[in-house]
Amino acid sequence: MANTALQADPSHDDAGHHDDHEHHENLAHHFDTYEQQFDAGKLGIWVFLVTEVLFFGGLFCAYALYRNLRPDVFAGSSEFLNTKLGAINTGVLLFSSLTMAWGVRCAQLRQHKMLAGMLAATLSCAAIFLGVKAIEYSHKWSMGLLPAGLYTYDPANPHPAGGPNYLLWICAPFAIGLLFVVGWLIIAKIKKDEFKVRVLMPLTVVFACFFVGVQLGTILESGGEGEHAAGDDHHVVAGADGHAEHGDDHAEGRADEHLEDLDQPNNLAIEKADLAGLEVLAQDQSNPGARDTLEALKRQEAVASGSVLQGDQRPVESPTEKRVTATPKQAGVFFSIYYCMTGVHAIHILAGMGVMIWLLVRATRAEFNENYFGPIDYVGLYWHLVDLIWIYLFPLLYLIGK
Amino acid sequence: MTTGAATAPGGVRDAGFVSDNENYLKNSSGVLSWMFTLDHKRIGIMYLVGILTSFLGGGLLAMVIRYHLMAPGGATTISNDAYNQLFTLHGAIMVFLFIIPSIPAALGNFLVPVMLGAKDVAFPRLNLSSFYLWVGGAIFFVGALLMNGLDTGWTFYTPYSTSTDTSVVMATFGAFILGFSSIFTGLNFIVTINTMRPPGMTWFRMPLFLWATYATSIIQVLATPVLGITLLLLIAENVMHIGIFDPEFNGDPVTYQHFFWFYSHPAVYIMILPAFGIISELISVHSHKGIFGYRFIAYSSIALALLSFLVWGHHMFTSGMSSVTVVIFSALTFTVSVPSAIKVFNWVATMYKGAISLTTPMCYALAFLFLFTIGGLTGLFLGTISTDLHLHDTYFVVAHFHYVMMGGTVVSFVGGLFHWWPKMTGKMFNEAGGRISALIVFVGFNLTFLPQFLLGNQGMPRRYATYDPEFQWLHQLSSIGAFTLGIGLLVAGLVLLHSLYAGRQAPANPWGGATLEWHCTSPPPFYNFKHAPVVGDPYEFANVHYDEATDNYVFTELPRTLVPEEPVKTPTPAGGQS
Amino acid sequence: MSDHSDHGFAHPQSITTLLTVFAALVFLTIVTVVQASFHLGNWEIWIALFIASLKAALVLYFFMHLGHEKPFNILVFFSTLFFLALFLGGTLSDRNAYRNQLEPDIDEPYRSEAPAEAAETAAAME
Repeated sequence: MANTALQADPSHDDAGHHDDHEHHENLAHHFDTYEQQFDAGKLGIWVFLVTEVLFFGGLFCAYALYRNLRPDVFAGSSEFLNTKLGAINTGVLLFSSLTMAWGVRCAQLRQHKMLAGMLAATLSCAAIFLGVKAIEYSHKWSMGLLPAGLYTYDPANPHPAGGPNYLLWICAPFAIGLLFVVGWLIIAKIKKDEFKVRVLMPLTVVFACFFVGVQLGTILESGGEGEHAAGDDHHVVAGADGHAEHGDDHAEGRADEHLEDLDQPNNLAIEKADLAGLEVLAQDQSNPGARDTLEALKRQEAVASGSVLQGDQRPVESPTEKRVTATPKQAGVFFSIYYCMTGVHAIHILAGMGVMIWLLVRATRAEFNENYFGPIDYVGLYWHLVDLIWIYLFPLLYLIGK
Repeated sequence: MTTGAATAPGGVRDAGFVSDNENYLKNSSGVLSWMFTLDHKRIGIMYLVGILTSFLGGGLLAMVIRYHLMAPGGATTISNDAYNQLFTLHGAIMVFLFIIPSIPAALGNFLVPVMLGAKDVAFPRLNLSSFYLWVGGAIFFVGALLMNGLDTGWTFYTPYSTSTDTSVVMATFGAFILGFSSIFTGLNFIVTINTMRPPGMTWFRMPLFLWATYATSIIQVLATPVLGITLLLLIAENVMHIGIFDPEFNGDPVTYQHFFWFYSHPAVYIMILPAFGIISELISVHSHKGIFGYRFIAYSSIALALLSFLVWGHHMFTSGMSSVTVVIFSALTFTVSVPSAIKVFNWVATMYKGAISLTTPMCYALAFLFLFTIGGLTGLFLGTISTDLHLHDTYFVVAHFHYVMMGGTVVSFVGGLFHWWPKMTGKMFNEAGGRISALIVFVGFNLTFLPQFLLGNQGMPRRYATYDPEFQWLHQLSSIGAFTLGIGLLVAGLVLLHSLYAGRQAPANPWGGATLEWHCTSPPPFYNFKHAPVVGDPYEFANVHYDEATDNYVFTELPRTLVPEEPVKTPTPAGGQS
Repeated sequence: MSDHSDHGFAHPQSITTLLTVFAALVFLTIVTVVQASFHLGNWEIWIALFIASLKAALVLYFFMHLGHEKPFNILVFFSTLFFLALFLGGTLSDRNAYRNQLEPDIDEPYRSEAPAEAAETAAAME
């Protein structure tokens, strides 16, 4: 949001000032040269990135505090996160960083059409990212894997029926956006408004990409094995339904094996709960992500009962042997931090998308050149920083104790 | 109209305007021309109006509080709960809405580009949006006040802030927005000072106010985001119980204090550093003598900005922090006194053998020196662990930070307002009235807060609505002082308001300053400088002479006429009558 | 459009560089996922952070043009790491020093569906 204001456009300047220098159309009145204007914007965006880093710093601090305090809870809870979805999203964001950096190059070389294409590609990647995230969130919400105060996850009944359809609620704004853009596009086509068509076509793709992300997330979440998730989108999309069930079967088979592996001599109650959970799962064929859930469940239970804990992980100064390690509140803290970190990150993605749509309009107007590519460069820097944050979030949240 | 520039003997200056239409106050009119202005001077004026309104509100709350404390059981019918809300609102409004934006956002916005010789700040639209963010944050604060009130104290400590029924979420969201306003102001100044200095304005020719503003901006940019995330987490804690700060969900309240003070201690320097900048200007100009130890003052501002990030733990000595950390933070705290003392010594040395004119701004500057020194020295008691354990959360702390914040920042802010008032409005105020206000403020201030040191030392805890009868006489003394202080500030306000319609036209340089803002007319034209001015030493007073005919100081030689020889590669300055 | 010659501040990057960097980033992502499947105990987080930092360095140097950046801007960005370290260092070290006092000895039982049990435990503690 800062980016929109970071550069000044003389056409909006205050009264009492008229700009009669056509050849300086993008140079604000208080700057002497393009280079000065560019340098000012560049320093501005770097300082802004500094504030962003420190802003996320607070979240990383909270993460470090609680992971340091309870490494076992973090390792156990992280099992609920789907590594494949995280990895796919990492790849998607890295690719969007590539297209963004390429877009800066296009702006500098006056490749206007290609610039618009690159921005559209970046936006589409952002939409896919959010689509996958929507699957992750809605899936966890329906299981009650929520922040500490709202944490209702019950290992005996991991998929309670009758909750709201969270996915629908997340998708609704994007669906409305898609309808709106398509409608506008049709009107523009009818009116033969060439410019609007050229802006709205890529935007339609962008909104549609959100649902591609949702679809991709559904497939991967439903436990497709490695060979399915190999990134061959067409193949996966085509066979989505079949694979989902197949995946479930697989999941339960593996989960059963896994159960036998687990050694839980001293906590009958938890073992019973596990079996009850398994039964529920076995009856519920339509459950996506059964395998992941089940594994996570086992792992967390085992950790909670203390049977899986490594000696070096247990706090040495533990004053009593009777200490119970993982309570809902403590597992909830992991999810609190997970939602705070990824949520704030997702808000940044949304903000970045907003600014990029504005850039897309300007790029379609061919406003950028080797003297005036600042806005693209600044938004690019912001976008790379959002990517950077994710590069750290991915191993810290998804890859603990796998 | 005539300007100092036109009458300068033998002087030709390119700054200054030719017609009244170019005066920034008059170059366009109507409410919309103010609301959507991108002119840093108008934005500064809007900020000034906003923060003075907040100051009035916070000040009235303080008067109510002091009146309530006239009697041990409470002199009014205000309930104890309502009292908690009163002091919380007083603190929150004064800190977030008034002191933090006071000097940087109001005076700074007006002065930074003019002193620098630039046409505007680097990002004028960001500047305007940061003003509206301030307005938005203020609305949330007032909204919280109207809904359920707020009784957590301005620090929002958990666990109380996660269990009280008052509108914590709304108020913290307001503070969150205000934080962004502050960040954007700081970002703008950093970029402006870095990239928009005209030829000749090297780092060490910058007026010290700019150094102070720069140091402040560094803190704003580095510390405020941490406040942002802290408040966001606190909101999440209230809404979703994320269990990071709330012990009920295995959170840790001390962590909240770490997060909070990592911002809020540097924020103390956001409040006081610009005040140092103002005092450096005031003392030098009104002593008509170059500043003593320019580089030391400049560097000490930066040093304070950096040191301020090392000492946040001294707010938490009794919070349950580990004893090792307590010792480290205590030791680091004492380092802060070095750059602060450097400044005070340099100001005193500047006055030595200067031609001091006891104008209103100078009276406030002298009051500042006295009050800030007391505030700073009592800080040493609080930084020492053993005495802090006794004095923590007593009136001693209240007195200490009021001496620094009110006696330091507010007094210098009022002094700076008097100093630059002729420049901002083009009107001279009544000098006698101004001096009387300074005297009343000085007496009233000491009467209010000196007794509080005694109260605190005797064990009177802060934030209590009632007290033992043995404290009554000191409390009454303090209350009487507070009313005196209020009257003093009221007089100051009336003097300034009176000048608006009855003051005589201000000359370009009424005090004899040498920095660039005194080279423009009063009030400055819309674009400040037609061409980038060429800059000399900001504290070289040899060329500045009093001209009795116009009651103005003029530049007898031509220190600034050296128009750059090579053609400037700029477009003809926009806004100019080219 | 402008005929000015003062536009030497644009440094377009070659497509080869961009693609190579992207390939390296994807490769490192795969490495970090694979690495996570080995159980390396306490080293795990440091290795993961090291790989993430490598990726961050690539993004910073190439995509964010930190290589061609003005020294002051580089200083600005890296100063943030210093202040981040101050913040994290101060808070974490203090927390580690007092964590003994922080944790309750016996927490409430895991089962959320058995509040009666929890009450009993609490009663027993008193």
